[in-house]
Amino acid sequence: MKNKEPIILAIVVFFTLVTYFLVEPFAHSQMHKHVESDGFAYADLPASEKKGDAIHGQELVMGAGACVGCHSIEVANVPAVMEPQMAAASYGVNPPDLSNAGAVYDAKFLANLIKNPAHALKVEHKFDADKGQMHPMVPFYGAGGDIDQEVADMVAYLQSIAVKPVEVTPTMAFENACGRCHAVSYENWTPMGTKPSFKDKKDSLAFDIKVLEYEDSLKAYMGKIPPDLSMYIRSRGEHYISTLIENPQNQLEGTAMPRVGVTAESAEKVIEYLKNSGDTKRHEREEIGTNVMIYIVIFAIFAFLWKKQVWRDLH
Amino acid sequence: MAHFTKATSVKDWLNQRLAIEKVEKVMASEYWIPKNINFLWAMGMILVVTFVLLLVSGIFLLMYYIPTVDEAFNSVNYTIMREVNFGWLWRHIHGVAASVVFLIIYIHMFTGIYYGSYKKGREMIWISGMLLFIAFSTEAFSGYMLPWGQMSYWAGMVITNLFAGGSLHADFLVEWIRGDYVPAQAFLGRFFMLHVLLVPIAIMALIGLHFAALRIPHVNNQDGEDVDFDAESKKYLAGDKAGSKVMRFGNDFMSKDMMVVGIFLIFFFYLVFYNYGFAMDPVNFDPADGLKTPTHIYPEWYFLWSYEILRPFNIDLGLVLFGFAQVIFVFLPFLDRSPNAVPANRRGMMFKIWFWLMLCNMIVLTAMGKLPPEGVFTTIGLVAAIVFIAQWLALPIITSMEKKV
Amino acid sequence: MEENSRRGFMGKAFGAVAAVGAVGSLVAMKRTWDPLPSVKAAGFTTLDMSKYEEGVMVTEKWRGKPIFVLKKTLAIMAEEKDKPEAQARNIKVGDANFMIAIGLCTHLGCIPAFRNDLNDFKCACHGGEFTASGLVQKAPPPRGLDIPPFKINGNKLVLGEVGPEWQTMKDNGVTL
Repeated sequence: MKNKEPIILAIVVFFTLVTYFLVEPFAHSQMHKHVESDGFAYADLPASEKKGDAIHGQELVMGAGACVGCHSIEVANVPAVMEPQMAAASYGVNPPDLSNAGAVYDAKFLANLIKNPAHALKVEHKFDADKGQMHPMVPFYGAGGDIDQEVADMVAYLQSIAVKPVEVTPTMAFENACGRCHAVSYENWTPMGTKPSFKDKKDSLAFDIKVLEYEDSLKAYMGKIPPDLSMYIRSRGEHYISTLIENPQNQLEGTAMPRVGVTAESAEKVIEYLKNSGDTKRHEREEIGTNVMIYIVIFAIFAFLWKKQVWRDLH
Repeated sequence: MAHFTKATSVKDWLNQRLAIEKVEKVMASEYWIPKNINFLWAMGMILVVTFVLLLVSGIFLLMYYIPTVDEAFNSVNYTIMREVNFGWLWRHIHGVAASVVFLIIYIHMFTGIYYGSYKKGREMIWISGMLLFIAFSTEAFSGYMLPWGQMSYWAGMVITNLFAGGSLHADFLVEWIRGDYVPAQAFLGRFFMLHVLLVPIAIMALIGLHFAALRIPHVNNQDGEDVDFDAESKKYLAGDKAGSKVMRFGNDFMSKDMMVVGIFLIFFFYLVFYNYGFAMDPVNFDPADGLKTPTHIYPEWYFLWSYEILRPFNIDLGLVLFGFAQVIFVFLPFLDRSPNAVPANRRGMMFKIWFWLMLCNMIVLTAMGKLPPEGVFTTIGLVAAIVFIAQWLALPIITSMEKKV
Repeated sequence: MEENSRRGFMGKAFGAVAAVGAVGSLVAMKRTWDPLPSVKAAGFTTLDMSKYEEGVMVTEKWRGKPIFVLKKTLAIMAEEKDKPEAQARNIKVGDANFMIAIGLCTHLGCIPAFRNDLNDFKCACHGGEFTASGLVQKAPPPRGLDIPPFKINGNKLVLGEVGPEWQTMKDNGVTL
């Protein structure tokens, strides 16, 4: 009698794969719009040819640029003006410390941000200066000289004080770019910073209240409390998160989330941070996966050999 | 009173008290299986193995899972996924097995339909199998509630809303099932109980019934041939193993089962480690939020075909047809009026078309059930749903016209 | 013979007594599944209607369900002028006109989103649409958004209590 098993197997596999294709890749391609990355080029922002002078930049950042009126720069011993929840009450969100801004953010983006924050951040639909809706970060109107040169100097200064781009850690990238709006409870991160461990329950609750106050300001500023990102690597996936960071408007039209302007490398670090939160066992999964696959193939081979032996008498 | 002698060995001691040799004969070495079968006959064993995987992984998940609306999501995604050693492995095995078990059930079902294995005394095998399908569906749905993510919550909302019966507005029934106006603590608590206790007990009892139903009519074979099991087994025991049409369940059939199981497990563990996304929907990694509907709500893939029968119609007609689709498979042995119990391909053109169209149409329904209900997808879904209903209505007619082969 | 039928009778009688017990315990089981008193008691929500802004859709919460509250703009009122169906759903508190409805699609219970530019609601699940007054604009939903039972107390509105305005709506089949 002819052995029909190969053809039966082919039919089973065929229908299984068709079903899989239709309900997974095909259905998802229909449900979610596809967004391609531009490689964090920020092509819509004009580039500047000017070469910055960090010394002059420092004078501007500390002086006429008035950056330190709101921003702290801890590496340059410029402390925060006020506590995070107070700053959030004033500005909507706590202004970032600039110590490592030069490494985390794209230089061209920073230059454009300094000149026109709402434009660079892509939040002009919310902050339209013509309608009197001012972005909390005041644009830099120039200190009397060539404004483009001055901006380039300031960026050069920020780069000079920051760590080298290769030294940016996942935590540093995340805290700078995302952490002032988003909590990551699985990493004990609140928008005000890492929650310390308190001995006294009263202190712990007092901290929580500050976080709630901070979140009230955030809610007023953003329209809603930005989501906790603990499991985002599983709920959204790498591609979505990466393209969202590059330009939130691509994925969520009209969202209040600003384009944060990180470099491609920093975006990767942010994603690594999210993996450390929501997919901690990924290395173990890969390692054990390999071992289990090797074992199970051996299992199948032995089962096959046993069957062959048993069936020798049956034919 | 039974007569006991001093035991000569441990085996003898057990034999006197439990008749283990006799049990072994009844269950394995003299449980006769026809030889004329293919690997599709091993799906039952694969289902047993998958069920054991679900049971074992479920036991370990149960030790850390907390069935409260505040803790459920974190107990799964933080405690089990991040903290418990191999917690992620149990969860992935549990999630993937819950999905794959339905793939195998569907293959098992369509094998039964194709070879006519619900006819000639095998009706109870089919019926108990379909009851198992319903029990597994309940188990899958209740389990899907437990991580208390967005899909858990909204699937729970949508499915329990079905019990309002459309225009009957039986909101009291929906509220009674939920124990609240919306899915909340009472809802999670009762579905937890169903998932870890009541439904598994029902499944185990039904598995017993399913196996018992197999004993008297015996396993079917590739040609629907009436095998004389008594004569053939005598032949086998007399030493003509090659000439007999039957073989022992253990170890003859078992060894082939295990070979197929081995191949299945390669596929299964590949999914567990490298391609688990289809079984663990990304949306369910967002915590449940009763004030925010996900953009797309769809059930797991194995419920999509029946969901699509609900969707294209107005709510009342949709519910009636949905109810029809849920139960109609159970009645297959009585709707098929044909005297033939042979593979579908040999039963004449009509049933051959019926079988392959049913299979393809259910795949179409499955695909449309997931796609957003817009434009051409709605139309295809509507047509497929009507074809599905029409096929079942036509079944008694076309099968009674069938000639005896 | 007599012995047998007597035995048969007692068997049936015992069966009947056992059945009564089984039904009794089923009643207890059914009741155990009922919503708890604390759940039922939490069923009232009071809204201060003076704090809403015109044209801004606000989602409140009642019995765990979202409640849409929209203070109608003049534009919406003008649009409804010739539509008695829409007017019948209007809720007047003081001088202001409101659309108040349970924010769950009457199809299968998803939450429609308010579209500011179009002044309507769209349900992402199955594509149903509702007008600013909660009427069906596009199927599959079988009926307009349900209006929760309410009672007007001056500037306050209590959800979950039945007031005369809601009773009228219900009697006229405007809502369920």
